[in-house]
Amino acid sequence: MNHIALKMLMGDRGKYLGIIMGLTFASLIMTQQPAIFVGLMTRSFSFISDLGLPDIWVMDPKVQFIDDVKPLQDTKLYRVRGVAGVKWAMPLYKGLLKARMADGTFQTCNVIGLDDATLIGGPPIMLEGKLEDLRRSDGVIVDIDGAKDKLAKPPLTPGGKPVPLKIGDSLELNDKRAIVVGIAKTTKTFQSQPVVYTTYSRAIRYAPRERKMLSFVLVKAMPGTDIPTLTRRIQEATGLAAYSQKEFMDLTWNYFMKNTGIPINFGISVTLGFIVGAAIAGQTFYNFTLENLRQFGVLKAMGTSNWTLLRMILLQAILVGMIGYGLGVGLTALFGYAMRNTIMAFKFPWQLLVFSGAGVTLICIFAALISIRKVIKLEPAIVFKG
Amino acid sequence: MQAQTSAAVRCKSVVKTYDAGGDKVVALGGIDLEINMGELMMLVGPSGCGKTTLISVIAGILDQDAGSCEVFGEDLMHMRSGQKLKFRARNIGFVFQAFNLLPSLNAVENVSIPLIINGVKRQIAEKKAAKVLEQVGLGSRGKSLPSQLSGGQQQRVAIARALVHDPRLIVCDEPTSALDHETGHTVMDLLKEVALHQDRALVIVTHDARIFGFADRIARMDDGHIDKVVDSVDKL
Repeated sequence: MNHIALKMLMGDRGKYLGIIMGLTFASLIMTQQPAIFVGLMTRSFSFISDLGLPDIWVMDPKVQFIDDVKPLQDTKLYRVRGVAGVKWAMPLYKGLLKARMADGTFQTCNVIGLDDATLIGGPPIMLEGKLEDLRRSDGVIVDIDGAKDKLAKPPLTPGGKPVPLKIGDSLELNDKRAIVVGIAKTTKTFQSQPVVYTTYSRAIRYAPRERKMLSFVLVKAMPGTDIPTLTRRIQEATGLAAYSQKEFMDLTWNYFMKNTGIPINFGISVTLGFIVGAAIAGQTFYNFTLENLRQFGVLKAMGTSNWTLLRMILLQAILVGMIGYGLGVGLTALFGYAMRNTIMAFKFPWQLLVFSGAGVTLICIFAALISIRKVIKLEPAIVFKG
Repeated sequence: MQAQTSAAVRCKSVVKTYDAGGDKVVALGGIDLEINMGELMMLVGPSGCGKTTLISVIAGILDQDAGSCEVFGEDLMHMRSGQKLKFRARNIGFVFQAFNLLPSLNAVENVSIPLIINGVKRQIAEKKAAKVLEQVGLGSRGKSLPSQLSGGQQQRVAIARALVHDPRLIVCDEPTSALDHETGHTVMDLLKEVALHQDRALVIVTHDARIFGFADRIARMDDGHIDKVVDSVDKL
């Protein structure tokens, strides 16, 4: 009977394609929108995840997320270094400073100041130049996206393309000269501002002078030290907040989830996609069953059991579900591939495949259930009506 | 054909009523009827007289409210649903007015359905279906879809489908009403020649007076009752 079920399904090409299109659309929305959402949210903590070396981040207890910098006194660094189990503790400056461009306009940049001696906290990938070049006079490293876009120099000819910033070019950061000594690749941040790396001492020189300048203390634990124990010890000894990398990423993620409209906006898109997809696929599948009701009646009259008819309808639903899901996920993957070099945030983890798979399964079950109900209640005597 | 004495169908005081918007409509008002093996019985009468309801009860796809209807000695109403389905699948063949072929299946596949319902493997079922199609003169049209066949050819496919699993009772609902006179006669010739033999009974519901002559007996129905059962069209 499976063969008959499949032939019935594919016999009406229009309806068949209609159901598949509905499910493809639902699957596409249920993967593409969350993939953008996950991509966007991942950017919120990309700076933390890019810094793989430290085990623990120490900061003011009132800090809510990575960009919510509440500076510490420099002396806090020494207090952290004094905690048992700390292998090393390095200062990190993180702040938003205005860079004056060659054409006189200003661009806000995310300036990162690294420990002068060790340069711990530097960019994950250097494309041009070396991290050590930061030790050169007024040296800064700029991220490639910023160099090509927001920090790029004006076009050489009117209407031409901006000229990317390159090694040897200079910037003005808070009226102080900065020379580009390297170009780095970093993960895009949530606000997509250019990232400028320099040494800690130079960073606090660029920044407007304040009583407290230290943004974070990056800590490496002694080998064999239990990280949760060490974070607790640092908190008790310094009165500061200390988080493992994962905890700080979660703190940032949760802040964006609770305090921005992003989850609601994407949630609405995904819910609408699910409802519209379910409505299209459910309605088309139901119509398909209604139109085939007489055929099901014939099969029933000839002695086909409800159980067999139920299996036939489930098989039809599973087949269109799988095809629709595959096409939707495939289109999302294509979308992600096409957008890989753009500003678009996109991340497609395996959990999204499970999520959209569950969504499409729900739609198919819903579509099959309303159809099955009709077929089970069907009176086979309808076959004798002309 | 000489009617056999053993009864294929024995209906006694069969009553069936429908609920039509709160009103009870009596479709069968106490029907007594016997159909013998090897017999072609026609149920005739005006529209709404209960012919279709009666064959639905005989075929076991509708339960009567009262009375009994035994088919090959089995009272279908008191069978469990699963048993009834199996009984129907094995013993009854259907020919419908609107042919009711599955439009996306070709002729061979359509004819093989009753065998597949009875658990025969598809390849074997389709081989047998092709043979039966040959018997009804459509050996060369096995791969054709119903939409590629004429009305007469579709009805012949439907007859092949009704015969393929060797049922003992064939119920036909207006088998010629969608066909022209000549094709109707051809279909009836075929039914009588191929479908009817001593181990099988045929019940045909029809309005079509042109085919009354094919019947061994004719039961005339009116208003839920059988008026008359005759063995010749002249006696109607």
